[in-house]
Parts: sequence; structure tokens; C-alpha cells
Amino acid sequence: MALNQALVGKAYPALRYEVGREKLREFAIAVGETDPIYHDEAAARAAGHPDLPAVPTFAVVLSLRAGQVVYGDPELGLDYSRVVHGEQEFVYHRPIRAGDRLLATGKVAAAQAKGRHELLTLETEVTTEDGEPVCLVRGTLLSRGTAPPREGRA
Amino acid sequence: MSPRVNLAEVRPGDTLPEVAETIERMDLVRYAGASGDFNPIHWNDEVAKAVGLPGVIAHGMYSMGVAARMVTGWVGDPAAIKRLRVRFSTMIEPGQTLTVKGEVAEVDGGRVLVRFHAEDEKGEKVLSKGEAELEL
Repeated sequence: MALNQALVGKAYPALRYEVGREKLREFAIAVGETDPIYHDEAAARAAGHPDLPAVPTFAVVLSLRAGQVVYGDPELGLDYSRVVHGEQEFVYHRPIRAGDRLLATGKVAAAQAKGRHELLTLETEVTTEDGEPVCLVRGTLLSRGTAPPREGRA
Repeated sequence: MSPRVNLAEVRPGDTLPEVAETIERMDLVRYAGASGDFNPIHWNDEVAKAVGLPGVIAHGMYSMGVAARMVTGWVGDPAAIKRLRVRFSTMIEPGQTLTVKGEVAEVDGGRVLVRFHAEDEKGEKVLSKGEAELEL
């Protein structure tokens, strides 16, 4: 089934996310990041950070949660078993930090056919609860073999 | 929050210290838990084979997380990273070593563009078109 183009531009309700130190440490360990600034508050403060910073790809945790809402929208018509991850981009205003109270708003940014496949771009805007911009997470999924047949071709 | 690299010495063509990681299945289980991405193709061979894969494959975002270490290790301060992007090109399986390579592509005032990729042991690009935009 082809993706529903009418949902391009649709923003979903914001999700709340409270950033804990242990979660940031757990994620840093999971990607093999050993720099003390990601694990030790004193090292983080000595380097000028108000608290433990997140490693750059941590924001994907928020985008995964926002994505579950978007991809689960029956109106979108996405079959997740056909999906592979195509591209990923992060645009940062500042690092995520322990103690941040964040809002993550998912949006269908684009849905377009590419040959027999479709590309679906999800943008997740991350801000603090006070509205301070933190980062934008842009993930593009490839939906295999779901493009509608083109006119004049079988 | 001073960066580890000295901007005055950064030149296009400078290479970043490589990062190499041999991926174990345990790494993928740990990444699944830490990230919340529990797609079974990353930890269950039966499910992976049922969808046509040779066996479990690494999360693309695990590889990107490893690749980001090359940039953070070089620049020091994560606040210097303004943009990070990759394309996922080839899958990589546990038992393989992922090697991340990058170089400075542009220097414009305090802005530095690093281009990078990550490859498997055969030299196939797992991550391609990697870009990190930094402000030093």
C-alpha cells in the first residue's frame, strides 16, 4: 500500500521526555563512548557543561518514541516490516543534558516515490518545556516496493 | 568548553583519528536496550532470516553512534557539533569490524566541515556521505 501523501506536514502531539543521568550514561556505554564528560558530573562541569551532556546520537531515543506514534498512525499506511533506515541527520542548537525536560514533536516531513520504493522522512523537533530549541532529528526510511504503479506502466 | 583541536591548525585534508569497533551480538542487545529500538532483526536470527537477511544485523544507529565517537573524540566538546548526518548503505553483521574514517573537507572562519564514512572489513561502505558540521 502506498503512503498517504495527505499526511505530509502533519505534526503529532508532543511527547514529554525527562533526561536522566543514568540513561545518558547507559546510552554512552552502548555506543562505546568512554570520554569522562559523558559519565562523570565533575568531568562534565570541569569541561564547562552544566550537567552530563548526551552523546550526539542520543536524540534518536526521542525520535524513536515520536516515530512510534507517527508510524503507528493507520492513516499513514506504513508497513513497518518493509522499512529500512535510509538516512539520518541531526541539527543541534545545543547538546541534550541531564535534567532537561524536553518535548519531542514528530512530523511527517516528506513522502515520495523513488522507483518502486517510497521515501518517508520523519522530523522530530526537540525543545525544552520552556520552548528553548535543542535539536531537530530527521530520519528517512525506505519503504520497499510500496510505490504506486506509474501511469502508462503496469 | 574549549575544543580539543586547535582551529588555527585545522586544514582541509587533515584526517581524523580512525575509530574501529568489532561488533559483538552483545553490543546490539545493549544498544537495543539503551535506545529502545527492539526490532528483532537486530538480535533474533530466526526473525532476521525470515525477512531475507543472512542473520542479525547491527542497528544503523549503532554504527552512527560509533561513527560519532570519531567526531567527538577529535573535537572534544559536543556543543561544537552543529549538524551530523549519514546515509545507511550496507548492513553489517556481528563478528565484523566497523572502521570509521574522516577528513576535514572545508574550513570557513570558525566553521569546519568533516566528511566521513564507515566501512566493513571488505571496504564496503556501511555509512556513506557522512557529514559533521562543527563550530570551533
